[in-house]
Amino acid sequence: MLTWIADFVTYGLFHLTPATRLASALHFFVYDSLKVLLMLAVIVYVVSVIRSFFPPERARRLLSGRALIAGHVLAALLGIVTPFCSCSAVPLFIGFIESGVPLGVTFSFLISSPMVNEVALIMLWGLFGWRIALLYITTGVSVAIVAGVVIGRLKLEHLVEEYVYQIKAEAASAEVFEQTWRDRHVYALDYTKDILRKVWLYVVAGIAIGGFIHGYAPEDFLVRYAGPQNPFAVPLAVLIGVPLYSNAAGTIPIVQALMEKGLPIGTTLAFMMAVTALSLPEMIILRRVLKPKLIGIFVGIMALTITFVGYLFNWVL
Amino acid sequence: MVIKILGTGCPNCVRLKRAVVQVLEEVGVRAEVLEVKDIPGIMSYGIVSTPGLVINERVRSYGRIPGHDELARLIRAAMIES
Repeated sequence: MLTWIADFVTYGLFHLTPATRLASALHFFVYDSLKVLLMLAVIVYVVSVIRSFFPPERARRLLSGRALIAGHVLAALLGIVTPFCSCSAVPLFIGFIESGVPLGVTFSFLISSPMVNEVALIMLWGLFGWRIALLYITTGVSVAIVAGVVIGRLKLEHLVEEYVYQIKAEAASAEVFEQTWRDRHVYALDYTKDILRKVWLYVVAGIAIGGFIHGYAPEDFLVRYAGPQNPFAVPLAVLIGVPLYSNAAGTIPIVQALMEKGLPIGTTLAFMMAVTALSLPEMIILRRVLKPKLIGIFVGIMALTITFVGYLFNWVL
Repeated sequence: MVIKILGTGCPNCVRLKRAVVQVLEEVGVRAEVLEVKDIPGIMSYGIVSTPGLVINERVRSYGRIPGHDELARLIRAAMIES
Protein backbone atom coordinates (compact mmCIF):
# COMPACT_ATOMS: atom_id res chain seq x y z
CA MET A 1 0.00 0.00 0.00
CA LEU A 2 2.92 2.31 0.73
CA THR A 3 4.32 1.55 -2.71
CA TRP A 4 0.96 2.47 -4.15
CA ILE A 5 1.00 5.86 -2.41
CA ALA A 6 4.59 6.49 -3.48
CA ASP A 7 3.65 5.53 -7.06
CA PHE A 8 0.66 7.83 -6.93
CA VAL A 9 2.65 10.83 -5.66
CA THR A 10 5.55 10.33 -8.05
CA TYR A 11 3.72 9.50 -11.28
CA GLY A 12 0.18 10.68 -10.60
CA LEU A 13 0.68 13.94 -8.72
CA PHE A 14 3.95 15.13 -10.23
CA HIS A 15 3.69 13.31 -13.60
CA LEU A 16 7.33 12.25 -13.52
CA THR A 17 8.69 9.87 -16.10
CA PRO A 18 9.48 6.48 -14.53
CA ALA A 19 13.15 5.47 -14.23
CA THR A 20 14.48 9.01 -14.26
CA ARG A 21 16.73 10.13 -11.43
CA LEU A 22 14.21 12.64 -10.10
CA ALA A 23 11.42 10.05 -10.10
CA SER A 24 13.63 7.52 -8.36
CA ALA A 25 14.67 10.03 -5.69
CA LEU A 26 11.09 11.20 -5.05
CA HIS A 27 9.71 7.67 -4.97
CA PHE A 28 12.38 6.65 -2.46
CA PHE A 29 11.62 9.74 -0.39
CA VAL A 30 7.86 9.25 -0.19
CA TYR A 31 8.04 5.50 0.36
CA ASP A 32 10.70 5.67 3.04
CA SER A 33 9.20 8.64 4.88
CA LEU A 34 5.90 6.82 5.23
CA LYS A 35 7.49 3.53 6.16
CA VAL A 36 9.83 4.98 8.78
CA LEU A 37 7.24 7.27 10.37
CA LEU A 38 4.74 4.42 10.56
CA MET A 39 7.29 2.08 12.13
CA LEU A 40 8.32 4.83 14.51
CA ALA A 41 4.75 5.43 15.72
CA VAL A 42 4.09 1.77 16.42
CA ILE A 43 7.46 1.14 18.06
CA VAL A 44 7.49 4.23 20.29
CA TYR A 45 4.03 3.33 21.55
CA VAL A 46 4.95 -0.24 22.48
CA VAL A 47 8.24 0.86 24.00
CA SER A 48 6.70 3.55 26.16
CA VAL A 49 4.27 1.06 27.65
CA ILE A 50 7.26 -1.15 28.54
CA ARG A 51 9.15 1.84 29.85
CA SER A 52 6.39 2.84 32.24
CA PHE A 53 7.55 -0.14 34.33
CA PHE A 54 11.14 1.11 34.62
CA PRO A 55 11.33 4.57 36.20
CA PRO A 56 14.86 5.88 36.98
CA GLU A 57 14.03 5.64 40.68
CA ARG A 58 13.98 1.87 40.28
CA ALA A 59 17.33 1.94 38.47
CA ARG A 60 18.79 3.93 41.35
CA ARG A 61 17.60 1.37 43.90
CA LEU A 62 19.07 -1.48 41.90
CA LEU A 63 22.44 0.20 41.40
CA SER A 64 23.28 1.69 44.76
CA GLY A 65 26.45 0.29 46.23
CA ARG A 66 27.46 -1.71 43.18
CA ALA A 67 30.99 -0.97 42.01
CA LEU A 68 32.09 -4.15 40.31
CA ILE A 69 31.80 -4.91 36.63
CA ALA A 70 28.35 -6.33 37.33
CA GLY A 71 27.28 -2.83 38.40
CA HIS A 72 28.50 -1.33 35.12
CA VAL A 73 26.81 -4.03 33.06
CA LEU A 74 23.54 -3.59 34.94
CA ALA A 75 23.78 0.21 34.61
CA ALA A 76 24.36 0.01 30.86
CA LEU A 77 21.41 -2.39 30.43
CA LEU A 78 19.07 -0.32 32.63
CA GLY A 79 20.11 2.74 30.62
CA ILE A 80 18.47 1.18 27.55
CA VAL A 81 14.98 0.81 29.03
CA THR A 82 14.91 3.70 31.49
CA PRO A 83 13.35 6.87 30.15
CA PHE A 84 14.69 10.23 31.16
CA CYS A 85 14.67 13.54 29.37
CA SER A 86 17.89 15.51 29.29
CA CYS A 87 16.48 18.07 31.75
CA SER A 88 16.37 15.28 34.34
CA ALA A 89 20.10 14.64 33.91
CA VAL A 90 21.11 16.81 36.88
CA PRO A 91 18.68 15.46 39.51
CA LEU A 92 19.38 11.98 38.16
CA PHE A 93 23.13 12.42 38.53
CA ILE A 94 22.87 13.83 42.05
CA GLY A 95 20.33 11.23 43.10
CA PHE A 96 22.54 8.38 41.92
CA ILE A 97 25.73 9.71 43.53
CA GLU A 98 23.93 10.60 46.71
CA SER A 99 22.41 7.16 47.20
CA GLY A 100 25.78 5.48 46.84
CA VAL A 101 25.95 4.60 43.16
CA PRO A 102 29.67 4.89 42.26
CA LEU A 103 30.70 7.64 39.81
CA GLY A 104 31.83 5.20 37.11
CA VAL A 105 28.58 3.21 37.30
CA THR A 106 26.57 6.45 37.10
CA PHE A 107 28.45 7.31 33.91
CA SER A 108 27.77 3.89 32.41
CA PHE A 109 24.07 4.64 32.90
CA LEU A 110 24.27 8.21 31.60
CA ILE A 111 26.13 7.08 28.47
CA SER A 112 23.99 4.13 27.54
CA SER A 113 20.67 5.90 28.07
CA PRO A 114 20.80 8.30 25.08
CA MET A 115 23.16 6.21 22.95
CA VAL A 116 21.48 2.82 23.05
CA ASN A 117 17.99 3.77 22.13
CA GLU A 118 15.44 1.01 21.79
CA VAL A 119 13.62 2.95 19.07
CA ALA A 120 16.81 3.11 17.01
CA LEU A 121 17.42 -0.56 17.77
CA ILE A 122 14.09 -1.70 16.37
CA MET A 123 14.36 0.63 13.37
CA LEU A 124 17.79 -0.76 12.54
CA TRP A 125 16.28 -4.21 12.81
CA GLY A 126 13.48 -3.31 10.42
CA LEU A 127 15.70 -1.59 7.87
CA PHE A 128 18.92 -3.63 7.98
CA GLY A 129 18.11 -6.91 9.68
CA TRP A 130 18.89 -8.34 13.09
CA ARG A 131 22.66 -8.58 12.59
CA ILE A 132 23.18 -4.82 12.45
CA ALA A 133 20.68 -4.31 15.28
CA LEU A 134 22.53 -6.78 17.48
CA LEU A 135 25.83 -5.14 16.57
CA TYR A 136 24.44 -1.76 17.52
CA ILE A 137 23.21 -2.84 20.93
CA THR A 138 26.35 -4.81 21.86
CA THR A 139 28.71 -2.02 20.82
CA GLY A 140 26.62 0.63 22.56
CA VAL A 141 26.48 -1.34 25.80
CA SER A 142 30.23 -2.13 25.55
CA VAL A 143 31.15 1.52 25.05
CA ALA A 144 29.03 2.50 28.06
CA ILE A 145 30.63 -0.20 30.22
CA VAL A 146 34.23 0.50 29.15
CA ALA A 147 33.95 4.30 29.44
CA GLY A 148 32.26 3.95 32.85
CA VAL A 149 34.92 1.52 34.13
CA VAL A 150 37.73 3.83 32.95
CA ILE A 151 36.14 6.87 34.61
CA GLY A 152 35.65 4.82 37.79
CA ARG A 153 39.29 3.69 37.81
CA LEU A 154 40.63 7.22 37.31
CA LYS A 155 39.20 8.24 40.71
CA LEU A 156 37.71 11.51 39.55
CA GLU A 157 35.29 12.05 42.42
CA HIS A 158 37.01 15.36 43.24
CA LEU A 159 36.02 16.69 39.81
CA VAL A 160 32.35 16.58 40.72
CA GLU A 161 31.05 19.90 42.03
CA GLU A 162 31.22 19.89 45.83
CA TYR A 163 27.60 20.79 46.46
CA VAL A 164 26.52 17.49 44.93
CA TYR A 165 27.87 15.65 47.95
CA GLN A 166 26.11 17.98 50.35
CA ILE A 167 22.59 17.42 49.10
CA LYS A 168 20.77 14.98 51.27
CA ALA A 169 17.88 13.55 49.41
CA GLU A 170 15.14 11.58 51.03
CA ALA A 171 15.28 7.91 50.34
CA ALA A 172 12.77 7.36 47.59
CA SER A 173 9.76 7.63 49.81
CA ALA A 174 7.46 8.47 46.99
CA GLU A 175 4.25 6.64 47.62
CA VAL A 176 2.85 6.72 44.17
CA PHE A 177 -0.44 5.39 43.01
CA GLU A 178 0.16 2.38 40.86
CA GLN A 179 -0.53 3.27 37.23
CA THR A 180 -3.41 1.45 35.63
CA TRP A 181 -3.14 -0.02 32.13
CA ARG A 182 -5.30 2.81 30.94
CA ASP A 183 -2.84 5.34 32.39
CA ARG A 184 -0.01 3.58 30.64
CA HIS A 185 -1.93 3.62 27.38
CA VAL A 186 -2.69 7.34 27.68
CA TYR A 187 0.91 8.06 28.62
CA ALA A 188 2.27 6.01 25.72
CA LEU A 189 -0.07 7.69 23.27
CA ASP A 190 0.92 11.17 24.48
CA TYR A 191 4.57 10.27 24.43
CA THR A 192 4.32 8.85 20.91
CA LYS A 193 2.71 12.05 19.64
CA ASP A 194 5.37 14.07 21.44
CA ILE A 195 8.26 12.08 19.95
CA LEU A 196 6.77 12.15 16.46
CA ARG A 197 6.33 15.91 16.72
CA LYS A 198 9.96 16.22 17.77
CA VAL A 199 11.69 13.87 15.34
CA TRP A 200 9.55 13.85 12.21
CA LEU A 201 11.49 16.75 10.77
CA TYR A 202 14.83 15.02 11.44
CA VAL A 203 13.49 11.83 9.93
CA VAL A 204 12.05 13.50 6.84
CA ALA A 205 15.18 15.65 6.39
CA GLY A 206 17.34 12.56 6.85
CA ILE A 207 15.32 10.68 4.25
CA ALA A 208 15.45 13.68 1.89
CA ILE A 209 19.25 13.72 2.16
CA GLY A 210 19.19 9.95 1.79
CA GLY A 211 16.93 10.23 -1.25
CA PHE A 212 19.25 12.79 -2.80
CA ILE A 213 22.29 10.57 -2.23
CA HIS A 214 20.24 7.62 -3.51
CA GLY A 215 19.29 9.33 -6.75
CA TYR A 216 22.26 11.56 -7.46
CA ALA A 217 25.51 10.83 -5.63
CA PRO A 218 27.80 8.59 -7.69
CA GLU A 219 28.27 5.10 -6.25
CA ASP A 220 31.88 5.59 -5.39
CA PHE A 221 31.71 9.18 -4.11
CA LEU A 222 31.75 8.38 -0.41
CA VAL A 223 33.83 5.27 -0.79
CA ARG A 224 36.57 7.32 -2.43
CA TYR A 225 36.78 9.71 0.51
CA ALA A 226 35.58 7.73 3.49
CA GLY A 227 35.89 4.11 2.36
CA PRO A 228 38.03 1.32 3.78
CA GLN A 229 41.11 2.72 2.05
CA ASN A 230 41.15 5.88 4.14
CA PRO A 231 42.70 5.08 7.54
CA PHE A 232 41.44 8.36 9.00
CA ALA A 233 37.81 7.85 8.04
CA VAL A 234 36.75 6.64 11.50
CA PRO A 235 38.24 9.47 13.61
CA LEU A 236 36.98 11.91 11.00
CA ALA A 237 33.45 10.50 11.27
CA VAL A 238 33.64 10.83 15.06
CA LEU A 239 34.94 14.41 14.84
CA ILE A 240 32.10 15.38 12.52
CA GLY A 241 29.60 13.59 14.73
CA VAL A 242 30.52 15.10 18.11
CA PRO A 243 29.15 18.64 17.60
CA LEU A 244 26.12 17.36 15.71
CA TYR A 245 23.16 16.23 17.71
CA SER A 246 20.11 14.25 16.83
CA ASN A 247 17.82 11.82 18.51
CA ALA A 248 19.05 8.29 17.76
CA ALA A 249 15.97 7.61 15.65
CA GLY A 250 16.68 10.67 13.49
CA THR A 251 20.10 9.42 12.45
CA ILE A 252 18.84 6.13 11.04
CA PRO A 253 17.82 7.40 7.57
CA ILE A 254 21.24 9.01 7.13
CA VAL A 255 22.91 5.83 8.30
CA GLN A 256 20.84 3.94 5.76
CA ALA A 257 21.94 6.21 2.92
CA LEU A 258 25.61 6.14 3.96
CA MET A 259 25.70 2.36 4.12
CA GLU A 260 23.92 1.99 0.84
CA LYS A 261 26.71 4.02 -0.75
CA GLY A 262 29.35 1.68 0.55
CA LEU A 263 30.53 3.37 3.74
CA PRO A 264 31.91 0.59 5.99
CA ILE A 265 29.74 -0.44 8.92
CA GLY A 266 32.31 0.53 11.58
CA THR A 267 32.67 4.06 10.26
CA THR A 268 28.88 4.46 10.05
CA LEU A 269 28.27 3.15 13.59
CA ALA A 270 31.04 5.40 14.96
CA PHE A 271 29.38 8.40 13.32
CA MET A 272 25.98 7.46 14.71
CA MET A 273 27.27 6.96 18.24
CA ALA A 274 29.18 10.25 18.22
CA VAL A 275 26.04 12.08 17.09
CA THR A 276 23.77 10.55 19.73
CA ALA A 277 26.05 10.13 22.76
CA LEU A 278 27.95 13.41 22.76
CA SER A 279 26.10 16.65 22.41
CA LEU A 280 26.74 20.24 23.35
CA PRO A 281 23.39 20.80 25.12
CA GLU A 282 24.00 17.77 27.33
CA MET A 283 27.51 19.01 28.22
CA ILE A 284 26.07 22.37 29.24
CA ILE A 285 23.51 20.65 31.50
CA LEU A 286 26.15 18.36 33.01
CA ARG A 287 28.42 21.36 33.65
CA ARG A 288 26.16 22.12 36.62
CA VAL A 289 27.39 19.01 38.42
CA LEU A 290 30.77 18.32 36.80
CA LYS A 291 33.88 20.46 36.65
CA PRO A 292 35.07 21.31 33.12
CA LYS A 293 38.03 18.96 33.40
CA LEU A 294 35.77 15.97 34.02
CA ILE A 295 33.59 16.91 31.07
CA GLY A 296 36.76 17.08 28.95
CA ILE A 297 37.88 13.66 30.18
CA PHE A 298 34.39 12.26 29.53
CA VAL A 299 34.31 13.54 25.93
CA GLY A 300 37.88 12.32 25.35
CA ILE A 301 37.21 8.80 26.63
CA MET A 302 33.97 8.57 24.65
CA ALA A 303 35.64 9.74 21.41
CA LEU A 304 38.50 7.27 21.83
CA THR A 305 36.23 4.33 22.69
CA ILE A 306 33.90 5.06 19.77
CA THR A 307 36.83 5.38 17.36
CA PHE A 308 38.20 2.08 18.60
CA VAL A 309 34.84 0.38 18.08
CA GLY A 310 34.67 1.84 14.55
CA TYR A 311 38.07 0.40 13.64
CA LEU A 312 37.21 -2.93 15.23
CA PHE A 313 34.09 -3.37 13.12
CA ASN A 314 35.72 -2.22 9.90
CA TRP A 315 38.42 -4.77 10.57
CA VAL A 316 36.21 -7.67 11.67
CA LEU A 317 33.46 -7.43 9.04
CA MET B 1 -4.96 22.12 48.47
CA VAL B 2 -1.34 22.81 47.55
CA ILE B 3 0.06 21.39 44.34
CA LYS B 4 3.76 21.56 43.60
CA ILE B 5 5.37 21.01 40.23
CA LEU B 6 8.94 19.77 40.68
CA GLY B 7 11.28 20.49 37.81
CA THR B 8 14.05 22.75 36.61
CA GLY B 9 11.80 24.56 34.17
CA CYS B 10 12.09 22.25 31.18
CA PRO B 11 9.30 22.12 28.59
CA ASN B 12 7.75 19.06 30.24
CA CYS B 13 7.41 20.89 33.56
CA VAL B 14 5.67 23.79 31.86
CA ARG B 15 3.35 21.37 30.12
CA LEU B 16 2.52 19.58 33.37
CA LYS B 17 1.70 22.86 35.08
CA ARG B 18 -0.58 23.88 32.24
CA ALA B 19 -2.34 20.50 32.37
CA VAL B 20 -2.80 20.75 36.14
CA VAL B 21 -4.27 24.24 35.93
CA GLN B 22 -6.67 23.12 33.23
CA VAL B 23 -7.83 20.05 35.15
CA LEU B 24 -8.30 22.12 38.33
CA GLU B 25 -10.57 24.44 36.43
CA GLU B 26 -12.63 21.59 34.96
CA VAL B 27 -12.95 19.74 38.24
CA GLY B 28 -13.77 23.01 39.97
CA VAL B 29 -11.16 22.72 42.69
CA ARG B 30 -9.29 25.67 44.04
CA ALA B 31 -5.65 25.00 44.71
CA GLU B 32 -2.40 26.81 45.04
CA VAL B 33 -0.03 25.72 42.25
CA LEU B 34 3.64 26.23 43.08
CA GLU B 35 6.80 25.48 41.17
CA VAL B 36 9.86 24.02 42.87
CA LYS B 37 12.82 24.70 40.63
CA ASP B 38 15.90 24.36 42.84
CA ILE B 39 17.66 21.02 42.77
CA PRO B 40 17.86 20.42 46.56
CA GLY B 41 14.17 21.26 46.78
CA ILE B 42 13.29 18.79 44.05
CA MET B 43 15.50 16.10 45.48
CA SER B 44 14.08 16.43 48.97
CA TYR B 45 11.00 14.63 47.66
CA GLY B 46 13.08 11.57 46.83
CA ILE B 47 12.62 11.63 43.06
CA VAL B 48 15.34 11.74 40.43
CA SER B 49 13.28 12.22 37.30
CA THR B 50 11.30 15.32 36.50
CA PRO B 51 8.66 16.62 36.22
CA GLY B 52 7.36 15.57 39.60
CA LEU B 53 3.84 16.17 40.83
CA VAL B 54 3.27 16.73 44.55
CA ILE B 55 -0.23 17.14 45.95
CA ASN B 56 -0.51 18.13 49.62
CA GLU B 57 3.12 17.17 50.20
CA ARG B 58 2.71 13.69 48.75
CA VAL B 59 4.49 12.68 45.54
CA ARG B 60 1.87 11.48 43.06
CA SER B 61 3.90 11.03 39.88
CA TYR B 62 7.38 11.62 38.53
CA GLY B 63 9.29 11.46 35.26
CA ARG B 64 6.18 11.77 33.11
CA ILE B 65 3.13 13.87 32.50
CA PRO B 66 0.03 12.05 33.75
CA GLY B 67 -2.84 12.06 31.29
CA HIS B 68 -5.91 14.23 31.74
CA ASP B 69 -8.05 11.57 33.43
CA GLU B 70 -5.29 10.45 35.75
CA LEU B 71 -4.71 14.04 36.88
CA ALA B 72 -8.39 14.49 37.57
CA ARG B 73 -8.45 11.26 39.55
CA LEU B 74 -5.39 12.28 41.61
CA ILE B 75 -6.86 15.68 42.39
CA ARG B 76 -10.25 14.27 43.36
CA ALA B 77 -8.60 11.64 45.56
CA ALA B 78 -6.57 14.32 47.35
CA MET B 79 -9.72 16.38 47.85
CA ILE B 80 -11.54 13.50 49.54
CA GLU B 81 -8.55 12.83 51.79
CA SER B 82 -8.21 16.37 53.04
